[in-house]
Amino acid sequence: MSLLHLAAVGRAVPLPDGSTLRILTGVDLDVPAGEHIAVVGRSGSGKSTLLNIIGLLDSPTTGTYLLDGEPVERLGQRRRSRLRGATFGFVFQQFNLLPGRTATENVASPLLYASGRQFWNRTRIAQEMLERVGLGHRLDTMPEKLSGGEQQRVALARSLVRAPRVLLADEPTGALDVDTGSAVMDVLEELVRENGTTLVTITHDLSVAARADRQFRLDHGVLSEVAAETVPSLTASRGGGGA
Amino acid sequence: MTGIVAALTEAWGEIRVHRVRVVLALVGVFLAVFAMTTITAVGDMGRQVLGESFERGAGRPATLRVDASPMGMATAATTARAQEAVDEAIERYRIAWHTSNGQTQLPVRFPDGTVRVDAFTVDPAYGTIHRTLPEAGRWFTQADADSFSPRLVVNQVFADRLGGFDPAVPMTVVLGGDTPVRATVVGVADTPWGGDMPSMYVLADAAARWNAVDPAFSSPPGTELWVPRHDAELLVANLQQELTAALPGYYVSVFRTDSAEELRILDYVLDYGVRGVGIFALVLGGIGVLNVGLVTVRQRIREIGVRRSFGATSTRVFTAVLLESVCATAAAGALAVGLSVALIENLPLELILPAELSLTDVPGFPFSAALEGFLAATAVGALAGVVPATVAVRAKVIDAIRY
Repeated sequence: MSLLHLAAVGRAVPLPDGSTLRILTGVDLDVPAGEHIAVVGRSGSGKSTLLNIIGLLDSPTTGTYLLDGEPVERLGQRRRSRLRGATFGFVFQQFNLLPGRTATENVASPLLYASGRQFWNRTRIAQEMLERVGLGHRLDTMPEKLSGGEQQRVALARSLVRAPRVLLADEPTGALDVDTGSAVMDVLEELVRENGTTLVTITHDLSVAARADRQFRLDHGVLSEVAAETVPSLTASRGGGGA
Repeated sequence: MTGIVAALTEAWGEIRVHRVRVVLALVGVFLAVFAMTTITAVGDMGRQVLGESFERGAGRPATLRVDASPMGMATAATTARAQEAVDEAIERYRIAWHTSNGQTQLPVRFPDGTVRVDAFTVDPAYGTIHRTLPEAGRWFTQADADSFSPRLVVNQVFADRLGGFDPAVPMTVVLGGDTPVRATVVGVADTPWGGDMPSMYVLADAAARWNAVDPAFSSPPGTELWVPRHDAELLVANLQQELTAALPGYYVSVFRTDSAEELRILDYVLDYGVRGVGIFALVLGGIGVLNVGLVTVRQRIREIGVRRSFGATSTRVFTAVLLESVCATAAAGALAVGLSVALIENLPLELILPAELSLTDVPGFPFSAALEGFLAATAVGALAGVVPATVAVRAKVIDAIRY
């Protein structure tokens, strides 16, 4: 059974002029646990919306989304929030580290919404996670004192600190140079492999997309799987761009 | 349990990170609570000073004055009969604190000649009921009534005419009349007459024993009763009726002498005026907290979105933002109350109060004012936090993350 199952998922929003903007149309997607998939597409193609729907930050207007076999449409807001925190980790292009908090405090911040042992041991867990991403020497450093690569590694540690089943990475290397981005992806893949975490990456970096088990292309809200050998040709046809 | 601790931890973390903003936002609340509690405490102290000043003249609340004088010529027998009726009433109503006092004039042989001096004939209980506070020496005790040498508490003018009072050196003076007697001055205190003339208190029993009191210069003694406030009005009516019935041919007068009723106006001003101004100031402080909270929460939309991605529920976001405000204002309130207590408890009253005023029972810091200040600050924080918390909850998570 797929961990993530989307069937004919659509997302439309009403516009001020009364018309409707269709962001996603008939998206079908099955992702088994532990798989790494990548989604590429032009800016405005609906990549981030798809990621938000998968991560329970947004809801589809049509279609069905089963998370581990459970339809998420019936979940109340509170249950969705808790399921989101327990199931998903998010990595953002701009890191989105909390200002004024040390690296340890940033990584520990998701554990404020955990319960029991995870909450009470949050500092130790966060420090261990930072050690794993190679930032054991930067535990008490503020984000603004860290390099871009270090900030993204803090963000990675934060996204994985609750041991999520699914990691959603939105342009994880988008704000990094090639070498730093590659190093961050190495760390990311190592961690998700160790934990058996499902990884969904949205990227316009084809070298990042090529690391995935499967690649998908999103074009005008329509998702289609891309054969692995055709990935390099996407560069010419798409030209990159954010989600 | 974990949820509550987590919400408080989160709120405290936000306060810590944004401490400069928080401190600036809380200046108004801090000052308002500090002013409200301090003024209330100072007001209580002022009321006590005023109350004690009134009590020295008119007795503690509630003090009733009972006078019974014959319609004809007053004699020792009529005075004794009246006193007997009053004593029966005191016994009947089990009034623990009472004093019999009257006014007379006694000849006193000063070094520069004999002078007829105004004297207040009292008993030891008078000092308690009237808060008589000797400036030097002491007030009368029960043992003084049995002394062979009449004891006196004199005013400063009297003491100065004898060369000045020194507690370590016995001071005596001869009370003239048909049977002169050497009296001993045991203390110096203001008398009801005040002024520049010598005056004194003398125990009524001692004065009578030595026939020092000349009826020609005396008024019949009256009795003062120190009774519970809530019984005062009923006792006035009952005693008036009962003593009038028990003493036919007498003018009986029972009335309340203390100034508690007058002080109620001051209490009213303290209760409503000071608190009203304090609450108004707190509201102004709360508006400042609200403004800063609103601006801040808009600047923190991205952070709130990130927290929602961590699994923060709407309730949790609302609670965290609200708690930030509540914790901050509560801390400001506690600090303001603490500072106010420290200030009031260390006031150098002897330097502040005018020489003619004194404070025997220094009131403790009013707990109610401290509690009110703290609770009001917390409530202001809650009210000022609701709007930013609502804005935080209404922020769309997706927009917040992209912000």
